[in-house]
Amino acid sequence: MVGGRYEVAFRLYPYRKVAEQDMEPRRHRVVIVGGGPVGMAAALDLGLRGTPVLLLDDHDGPGLGSRAICFSKRTLEIADRLGCGDALLEKGVQWSVGKVFHGAERVFEFNLQPEKGHKYPAFINLQQPYFEKFLIDEVRRAQSRGAPIEIRGCNQVTGLRERSDFVELDVETPDGAYQIEADWLIACDGARSPVRDMMGLGFDGRVFEDNFLIADVRMTADFPTERWFWFEPPFKDSGQSALLHKQPDDIWRIDFQLGWDIDRKVELDPAKIRARVDAMLGEGAQYDLVWTSIYTFQCCRMEKFRHGRVLFAGDSAHQVSPFGARGANSGIQDIDNLGWKLSMVIDGLAPESLMDSYSDERVYGAEENILNSTRSTDFLTPKSEISKIFRNAVLKLAQSHEFARPLVNSGRLSVPCVYEGMPLNGPDLLNQGPRQSRVGAPCPDAPTGQGYLLNRLPAGFVILTIDADAPAQVTEAGVSASRLALSAPEDASGALADRYLGAAASGVYLIRPDQHIAARWPEFDETAMRAAIRRAVGKD
Amino acid sequence: MPLNLAPNIPDGDGFYDELLQAHQGLSKEQSEAFNARLILILCNHIGDREVIRQALRAAAG
Ligand SMILES: Cc1cc2nc3c(=O)[nH]c(=O)nc-3n(C[C@H](O)[C@H](O)[C@H](O)COP(=O)(O)OP(=O)(O)OC[C@H]3O[C@@H](n4cnc5c(N)ncnc54)[C@H](O)[C@@H]3O)c2cc1C
Repeated sequence: MVGGRYEVAFRLYPYRKVAEQDMEPRRHRVVIVGGGPVGMAAALDLGLRGTPVLLLDDHDGPGLGSRAICFSKRTLEIADRLGCGDALLEKGVQWSVGKVFHGAERVFEFNLQPEKGHKYPAFINLQQPYFEKFLIDEVRRAQSRGAPIEIRGCNQVTGLRERSDFVELDVETPDGAYQIEADWLIACDGARSPVRDMMGLGFDGRVFEDNFLIADVRMTADFPTERWFWFEPPFKDSGQSALLHKQPDDIWRIDFQLGWDIDRKVELDPAKIRARVDAMLGEGAQYDLVWTSIYTFQCCRMEKFRHGRVLFAGDSAHQVSPFGARGANSGIQDIDNLGWKLSMVIDGLAPESLMDSYSDERVYGAEENILNSTRSTDFLTPKSEISKIFRNAVLKLAQSHEFARPLVNSGRLSVPCVYEGMPLNGPDLLNQGPRQSRVGAPCPDAPTGQGYLLNRLPAGFVILTIDADAPAQVTEAGVSASRLALSAPEDASGALADRYLGAAASGVYLIRPDQHIAARWPEFDETAMRAAIRRAVGKD
Repeated sequence: MPLNLAPNIPDGDGFYDELLQAHQGLSKEQSEAFNARLILILCNHIGDREVIRQALRAAAG
């Protein structure tokens, strides 16, 4: 049987038989395996670039269970580029107050006031099935405008053979099996990636011996929109840590860290879960259990994300603990990085080796995420007596001393990685330019006097000039970069100058299609610009 | 500034006495927690990661 591993939240791409199932194998430019958030983002990104994609998923919609709830600013900015940022923002919950407890004592409270002059907040809370649905809605809109995207539900990939410059796939459907061929395959088939297994590739790292119980509860009671986190919670039987977090539709995410030696069946008994939740919310709290599950996690990654014509993205390539919300968020960044590169390679504008830079840059990102999430885990679950002594010392000091608060680590929220020192980078010659817009960084958003900067960046490569001259377009080796001309005084708030000029009077930036900065100078220099474009597409 | 490993505390005997006094009446567990807090407070005061690194090495012997 195809599918059925989980219930779906929305049936958005029901199975339909296609003529190809009764024909000789047909060759596709790009086949994506897996229609989770990462696969859908990949289909959308490539389709919007005009690169034909076929997405195969073994179910017919997003899974019912809420997994990811926290989506970061960079994910929202990427979604904005893909067309659905506003929808996500409108549905998502924004919060800024967090409280940290140790036992019954309040350790401290924080208020993450958003920095002004960005279109998107640092993060929103939203159930993963909604996130996926908004992407799929956007795929439908793109299709209606002619984007070459096809989604086939209940199509399970069961076999794979690598050929010299393509891949052969066996696909199982409710009407039986058929075969297809792909010039390029993107494996977005999740942490247990069947594609990875079929290719015999490893997934190494650390398994954490811990079980987490999730209960999503619906509660209409007046409860503040805040994030509450307990170390060693005082309520009965609640384990080592607990989290309470708001989602849309009056749903609250409750997380209990249960330890390693548990009986899953006993713990999932609704009566037992209710007893825990009662203890947390206080006697008499009115709520419904909407969804519950127990999960364990590991911090693992593949050594390389490119294997010939097969590219791995999202959980299939790397997995982290949920603390810090880096799973789906980093998967979306994989696609941000992969989409433009693959479509340039397919269009013959860049050498195939450009795809190695996808692996290099995203392995670098995955390492950063694994490091952060491992550190959070070590703080949450001290691995030795002395680490627990220090952990509790930090929590105690944080009650009265500000210095200890930044050391409290219940998850470091996902921020995009800066591709520092990577091979595609050009020169950083803007003397004392701001650190946040250094080469390798994603463009910080800023007001421009006429809307936000990221909204105004044209598609493709961009030459951003601030109070500097440059031609409207530079075409090098077939790759065009178009100019966006801004002037610092147009932004009365001064944020644009702050984020892009620093002490400099003018600046010229070369920006990649994924909005990462490829090079910067004080003024336009044609020879240097051409060299930087060549380098950024791997032609050096 | 490198880590200062030359004598630097005025009235060393007085300091030593004060340090031990602070632990007076504490159980082993309480003393360990106290030490951990003290280390964190002092490291924060120093702030310089390189100096702290040198101190960690010096303490390791
Ligand atoms: C409790 C929990 C909380 C989390 N919280 C967050 C958070 O707040 N923020 C965050 O960013 N991340 C979070 N994550 C992580 C996030 O859920 C994952 O990183 C994300 O789902 C990965 O997306 P993906 O598309 O790579 O894989 P998946 O979502 O696993 O999708 C894989 C898809 O491939 C399909 N598939 C598998 N095999 C085949 C096959 N052979 N043929 C065809 N299709 C196939 C599957 O059915 C599925 O549709 C959390 C995870 C958990 C468990």
